[in-house]
Amino acid sequence: MATLLSIFSVVPIQHYIFISAVLFSVGVLGVLLRRNAIIIFMSIELMLNSVNLLLVAFSSYHNDASGQVFVFFIMAVAAAEVAVGLAILVTIYRNVHTVDIDELKNLKW
Amino acid sequence: MTVLSKNPIHSVIYLIGCFFAIAGHYLILNAHFLAVVHIMVYAGAIMVLFLFTLMLMNLNEETEKHKPALARIGAVIAAGVLGMVLIAVFVKADAMPVQATQNLTIGTVQNLGKVLLDEYFFPFEFASILFLSAMVGAVLLAKKDKTPVL
Repeated sequence: MATLLSIFSVVPIQHYIFISAVLFSVGVLGVLLRRNAIIIFMSIELMLNSVNLLLVAFSSYHNDASGQVFVFFIMAVAAAEVAVGLAILVTIYRNVHTVDIDELKNLKW
Repeated sequence: MTVLSKNPIHSVIYLIGCFFAIAGHYLILNAHFLAVVHIMVYAGAIMVLFLFTLMLMNLNEETEKHKPALARIGAVIAAGVLGMVLIAVFVKADAMPVQATQNLTIGTVQNLGKVLLDEYFFPFEFASILFLSAMVGAVLLAKKDKTPVL
């Protein structure tokens, strides 16, 4: 196991940066492209995860545990956000019977 | 595939696969504690919450209309340009930290627990307060209001 990890750990940090950038862009694409509010939530989760991955990568390459503690807090906030957001979506669906964001324009002037 | 699949249930399944891949990356980076927490929180809790909401709303038929073509092309172009700009910036950025001698014990439960409860004790407690308020808020929002809440 240790030798396997030492083989993998020669990956330069640029590769983690690139995969995080790509993952973040896919999340942005999902937010911009889809109309279902739940899928937009999932795309936001994807963006949060790309940032988490980058934080863990830098923390591991700098030998500093603070980054991983921050990732822990980000996970906590993301979990709370998803719980409240899905509760709001359930309430919206109960009232107007859709989660299509182009139909939800009651707040527009 | 999370973004592009038409059926939201398939989207959730692909997202679970993506989360397991990210957990594998955490394991490669020697962050064992975070890998376990990631699988438990995301693949265990959040995805179940998503699936439950989707099935509650009965959206699993492919009824979603697409945005107009102009907006879709604009979205694809905007996301692509964002990705290219990010990658270009990081290609240009030099002075990246070269790999330090890797300390294999940094992501273990013991080490992270020490850091979390010594340096970051008050943020930890505030996170628990945040969880409590989020739980109360979610229950209050999703409750059917036969009886007035306030």
